[in-house]
Amino acid sequence: MTTYVQTAADDPDTAPRPPDSDRTRAENNLARKLVAPALILMLLVTAFPMLRALYLSMFDYSLTAPDDKEFVGFQNYATALSDWLFWRDTLTTVFIMIVTVAFELVIGFAFAMVMHKVIFARGVIRTSILIPYGVITVVSGFAWQFAFSYQNGFVNSWLPFIDTDFNWFAERNSSLIAIMASEIWKTTPFMSLLLLAGLAQVSNDMLEAAKVDGATWWQRLYKVILPNMRAAIMVAVLFRALDAYRIFDNIFVMTAGANKTESISFLTYRQVIEQFQLGIGSALSVLLFLSVLVVAFVIVKLFKVDLADARQEN
Amino acid sequence: MAVRSVRRVVAGIAATALSASVLAACGSGSGGKASLNWYINPDGQVTLNKLAKDCSTDDYNIKIQLLPASATDQRTQLARRLAAKDSSTDLMSLDPVFVPEFANAKWLLPFEGEVADRVLDGVLDAPADIVQWDDKVVAAPQWANTQVLWYRKSLAEKAGLDMTQPVTWDQVIKAAADNGGTVGVQANKYEAYVVWINALIQGAGGNILDPATVEKGRDAKVTINSAAGKDAAAVIRELARSKAAQPDFSTSNEGTSLGSMFPAKGPGEFMTNWTFVYGNYKGLIGKPGGPKDEEGFGDLGWARYPQTVEGEESKPPIGGIEIGVGAYTKHPKFAQEAALCVTSDEAQSALAVNESFAPTRASVYDAPAVKKVFPADLLTLFRDSIDTGGPRPKSAYYSQISSAIQSRWHSPTSVGPGTPKKSASFLTAILKGKALL
Repeated sequence: MTTYVQTAADDPDTAPRPPDSDRTRAENNLARKLVAPALILMLLVTAFPMLRALYLSMFDYSLTAPDDKEFVGFQNYATALSDWLFWRDTLTTVFIMIVTVAFELVIGFAFAMVMHKVIFARGVIRTSILIPYGVITVVSGFAWQFAFSYQNGFVNSWLPFIDTDFNWFAERNSSLIAIMASEIWKTTPFMSLLLLAGLAQVSNDMLEAAKVDGATWWQRLYKVILPNMRAAIMVAVLFRALDAYRIFDNIFVMTAGANKTESISFLTYRQVIEQFQLGIGSALSVLLFLSVLVVAFVIVKLFKVDLADARQEN
Repeated sequence: MAVRSVRRVVAGIAATALSASVLAACGSGSGGKASLNWYINPDGQVTLNKLAKDCSTDDYNIKIQLLPASATDQRTQLARRLAAKDSSTDLMSLDPVFVPEFANAKWLLPFEGEVADRVLDGVLDAPADIVQWDDKVVAAPQWANTQVLWYRKSLAEKAGLDMTQPVTWDQVIKAAADNGGTVGVQANKYEAYVVWINALIQGAGGNILDPATVEKGRDAKVTINSAAGKDAAAVIRELARSKAAQPDFSTSNEGTSLGSMFPAKGPGEFMTNWTFVYGNYKGLIGKPGGPKDEEGFGDLGWARYPQTVEGEESKPPIGGIEIGVGAYTKHPKFAQEAALCVTSDEAQSALAVNESFAPTRASVYDAPAVKKVFPADLLTLFRDSIDTGGPRPKSAYYSQISSAIQSRWHSPTSVGPGTPKKSASFLTAILKGKALL
């Protein structure tokens, strides 16, 4: 998340701008100097690896055959994009993203309502709802893997329509269910936290006015609460969708990509870390980055998210 | 004043942290003595720890560092260190298939001149070949592994199979199927399945990659689509469709078929598996999964790896461990000296006696201590199998080759006459960087 500092130049109300005083100019100068080290550090740690990946993606380059490094232009991109494996993994990733975000939105909203309305033991309830978010994803992955295990897990005995010796990790669909369960359990609190912020924005006056006019609970929810926190919902969906698109830990822990449960991040990981193919691996990570941008763009355009609106700047 | 004191505290903490890390880096050698890190895999830890102690000298101490259990994780951890030119990776235990990869990346310090001669002195053919890359000796063979055909003598007798003569896969599968027995192999989607496929193809006189061009990496010629490849596919297909196939055939590994040798009911099995099997059943006499008594253990037989094609000598799989010296070590001389020590005759004899690991030097097979652990004919069988075994493709791209084969030959129940052709075109695309794995 980037923080946004509102400066005088951005304020439309002050046009035409009066000339800066000496003091303002000196302060701006100082501000620039103070920000510079952080900016340089940011460039070093983020821009350099990104440019390096872009550069490496143009080569046929294996870590174990450094002498065979060869410039191939966009060949690696062509290879990736023309391979069914890439598209299968993309579809898997998109499927996981849509399902998990949908579930998280509904459950997260319910939790946000609880956290918002609760009048007793507020701290305890809020904290316990947030606990899964504090659990490390790998730990959550292991916990759910044990839960779904047919040998020592409890899920099979809890679900009446499932055989006790049903192996969740033996085929694709059931493996994906287990992976998504862990993902949803772990990140729903984050969603509800963002939605809670949105709920707090809904003015009580409007709700009371609606009540006086005889609106039912459902009408108040649909006509007053949801439209007024639309921006917050969209920001929550955007953040979670981008996160979910990069899913890795749960898959790594629970199936290691077996039974076609591999995500696009996992595919990239295998090329670079397991097979030492830095060229094609870098190309895949660039493609992953671009597809995250596409997802962000689609959500922003499709739902007409106004980020400024979410910050209550308009 | 307050600001200054805060700054002083911060500086103090930073200085302490820094000096602590510097001290930790230097502190590994006690009193100026060099310290060599030896990365080992978890097999045979007790003996390896003892070797590290015994091979430490007045000049250096050998410190054991444990690698993860899975071969993939071992490889990635070592590769990450070496790619970053880690000077603290002095010695490492390597799987044979990692040797070409690491040597090609120049991560292994070659043994030269007289030291190289000492490394290869008296070493059997196949293990000696494994440690040579680009005409250099890049690692020292520590112990060798090989597969033989383990079986129940009573089952073979019932089937009328003369085990003193070489047998074929076809004979073994039919003998098992006709007499209520099974055939144990490794056919899960993992490395040992490629070991099986490679042995079948080589047993029919072929190769996955042309041996003349295999070291050329991406330009190697793919030769899996050949008569030998089809013979190999035919064996897998025959077993997959036979009653002799075990229930977990397509997910079987080295451990899954052990229980079928001495089952509660039934005549047992034929099983191709590594050398550890003998020690395994010996330790299980009278226990679940093992023979009932000494007499039952006497029913365990062993023979050379089966032939793919009748009359053509089989090429048993080769495994084991080679000791490599890191290219960026600060103590190259000490590390090579230590590598020679942990692969010496005495070391190999200790590994054979304590851990049932087969030696790589012919002379160690005649050591009295080793002769006490294994029956004489089994020792001879191990030695001959290792000496005439078939290596897996010696390529810097081996891990990709292996994954490509696995992806087209698994599940074994789907293998047919078209499989070699399919895998050949996929393997070619992978080597050329034209497909994703």
